[in-house]
Amino acid sequence: MSEFFTEAVLIATIASGIRFAVPLLLAGLGEAYGQRSGVLNLGVDGVMLLGAFGGYYTVLKVGNVWIGLLAGLGVGLILGLISAFITVTLKADQGISGIGVFLFGLGMSDLLFQRLVGTPRFIDTFPRIEIPLLGDIPWIGEMLFRQNLVVYLAFLAIPVSMVVINRTTFGMKIRAVGENPEAADSLGVSVAKVRYATMLIGGTLAGVAGAALAIDLGIFQQNITNAQGFIAIALVYFGAWRPLGVMLGALLYGFVNSLVIQWKTLGIITDSWSDFAAMAPAIITILALVVVATRFRAPSALTKPFERGE
Amino acid sequence: MADTPMMEMRAITKRFPGVLANDNVDFDVRAGEVHTLLGENGAGKSTLMKILYGLYQADEGEVLLDGEPVVIDSPTTAISHNIGMIHQHFMLVETLTVAENVALGLPSSKGAFTDLDVVSDHIVELGGKYGLDLDPSAVVWQLAVGQKQRVEILKALYREAHLLILDEPTAVLTPQEVDQLFGTLRQLTADGRGLIFISHKLHEVLALSDRITVLRQGRVTGHATPDGATRSSLAEMMVGREVKLAPDKPDVTVAEPALVVSGLEVYGDRGLVAVDDFSLEVRAGEILGIAGVSGNGQRELAEAIAGLRAVTKGSIEIAGTDVTNNRPIEVRDVGLAYVPEGRMKDGCIASFTVSENVLLVDHRESRFLNRGLFDFGAIREHSQGLVDEYSVKTPTLETPVRSLSGGNIQKLILARELEGTPTVLLASQPTRGVDIGAAEYIHERLVTQREEGTAILVISEDLDEVFGLSDRIAVMYEGQVMGIVDPATATREQVGLMMAGVRPELSP
Repeated sequence: MSEFFTEAVLIATIASGIRFAVPLLLAGLGEAYGQRSGVLNLGVDGVMLLGAFGGYYTVLKVGNVWIGLLAGLGVGLILGLISAFITVTLKADQGISGIGVFLFGLGMSDLLFQRLVGTPRFIDTFPRIEIPLLGDIPWIGEMLFRQNLVVYLAFLAIPVSMVVINRTTFGMKIRAVGENPEAADSLGVSVAKVRYATMLIGGTLAGVAGAALAIDLGIFQQNITNAQGFIAIALVYFGAWRPLGVMLGALLYGFVNSLVIQWKTLGIITDSWSDFAAMAPAIITILALVVVATRFRAPSALTKPFERGE
Repeated sequence: MADTPMMEMRAITKRFPGVLANDNVDFDVRAGEVHTLLGENGAGKSTLMKILYGLYQADEGEVLLDGEPVVIDSPTTAISHNIGMIHQHFMLVETLTVAENVALGLPSSKGAFTDLDVVSDHIVELGGKYGLDLDPSAVVWQLAVGQKQRVEILKALYREAHLLILDEPTAVLTPQEVDQLFGTLRQLTADGRGLIFISHKLHEVLALSDRITVLRQGRVTGHATPDGATRSSLAEMMVGREVKLAPDKPDVTVAEPALVVSGLEVYGDRGLVAVDDFSLEVRAGEILGIAGVSGNGQRELAEAIAGLRAVTKGSIEIAGTDVTNNRPIEVRDVGLAYVPEGRMKDGCIASFTVSENVLLVDHRESRFLNRGLFDFGAIREHSQGLVDEYSVKTPTLETPVRSLSGGNIQKLILARELEGTPTVLLASQPTRGVDIGAAEYIHERLVTQREEGTAILVISEDLDEVFGLSDRIAVMYEGQVMGIVDPATATREQVGLMMAGVRPELSP
């Protein structure tokens, strides 16, 4: 255990915990937009998987990680549009249609990988950017300010989302549509437009999250997300539908994950225990979820398709 | 008054599958007047107003504003034509503040960002002018019902509504709040606005209206003015025949208490005390009415008596047997009949047939069983008997109750519950949302049951009903009994004050 409590290992654990939190943070924020407007999108993991493959394959072919990230964004946008069409326009049951999108993403991403790539090949990963001055702060600098650009952008998305949801007319419409779509409709707010917008934001962020995950690891494999899209949905409940709460949840998950990997590498937990320990992040998240989620109320119109008239 | 009405609807016809909701309806409003639209549920009032507000499109007919034909295809268009609507069920976002609810959907002076400070100032200014005091930063779910309604009116005024549609605005208010509302409404008409008032509370209609138009089954069946009309004449126009507004009640000697509630404490869904140290006795052969604004613990009280909600303190006795926290079926076995307020949610299963709904209570009786399986012949015979006796209008016994009218469903529930003369009948909002004919019938049935010695507890938000039916009236406020009064001597104002939480100085 003593080898864990060294400066270098502790800093590395926290730094990678922050990095691990990024896909969850992005996907969770996107899901929060949808849920605040009353749409539960269970397809996040499928969107992440396709975004991951899109990002990976683009980098493999083009050799530029940023174009890869954009490809993930594009994939997410398209899938967000499809999801919105299914749940908002066709008013399909959100639980079942989400599972459909997930299964589609799971199967399609693997199929494309098998047909187009076959044997896994490594790709470039995001370059680290050391922020001048801040990066030089002992401990803190190494943990927070020597990350890649996606990490900074993901964390920047939190205050941006807080302002959007709480301080803009668009955010007010999102909250109104998620609580009482009839009331919003009676004031001329288009429930469909607002929900399309949040689904597009959610899809885009999930696609980016997937691409960021694959490019960060430098590889693609079947089911690379390992259900992180579902964890992201859980984190929205954990975070009581607030951006800051989602961030806390994502960081908790990231740190525990990073800790388990670090301990495994250092031999603090034996191999036979390591599979068991790999469950720890999920278990801790579920426990925290049970405690936190019971204290807050979900948006009233969550999962309810909107139809005008009684 | 100007010659051209500010709004005129001409020959409006609207069809829904199987229903002619509006049939060639003419209706107009002049500036500065209150024009009341009177009619029973399903008469087509709401449909007509939803057409005016752009929520529905008329199949035929046209709408004119200041003499010009207009097409109103959405609420946004209605709002842009200065039409405002106060919906019967508040159209408010409970988790947003007053200012946010008012500002929702409007362009902001700060572009993409909200301008709630500007909105708040204007709310305070409008509120001061029309007697609609509100804190713009209060979150709506924390407001009382009367305050929520002020938010609705402010929303319309903020959007510069000149024509205001008020869909049953008094349904959830105490008499004092109604007076206050009417004060505001008179100020609005004095400023030249036109008001459409929808209600079925006849004395309110007579008090507020300048003109009255009566609808029945989608058609205009009459016009009236308050000086030439009475409650009975209006009711007759609504129903199409003479109606009794209050049942005749013969004298009955009351016997010993059949339902005794003492020191009851019950929690509501939000984990707060809903019924608080509540004590009451209902004697065999009397009707005790509980008056009160909805949300003051009536629902929780009823559910606790019926065994559907846990009692944390106190006791409930029926015919001398302690039934506190007993299971619903045990409470029924002791002699409770229960007509719940949620007719479709708790009173019946909408997709079940008429017979099956009768069976919900009777399914344990051996006379409907044949070697452990249902004896459908016996069941049909029994259901047919109830349907005939209570004149429930249904095509067949196999019809799902969903396709019956509210009045007929309520009659069916009453028929099922009153079988075998219960010791205690608990009826929550027995005539809410049912047509006048069915209400009249239900009231007569309750009175008959009283003569047969059943102790009847009626919970109602309709003061006319409480006064017309009850031998004694208990007023409930914040889970407590504010006092018990005699309907023969008490006034609506006294009861209204108690409903608002003012204890009478002398409790009889």
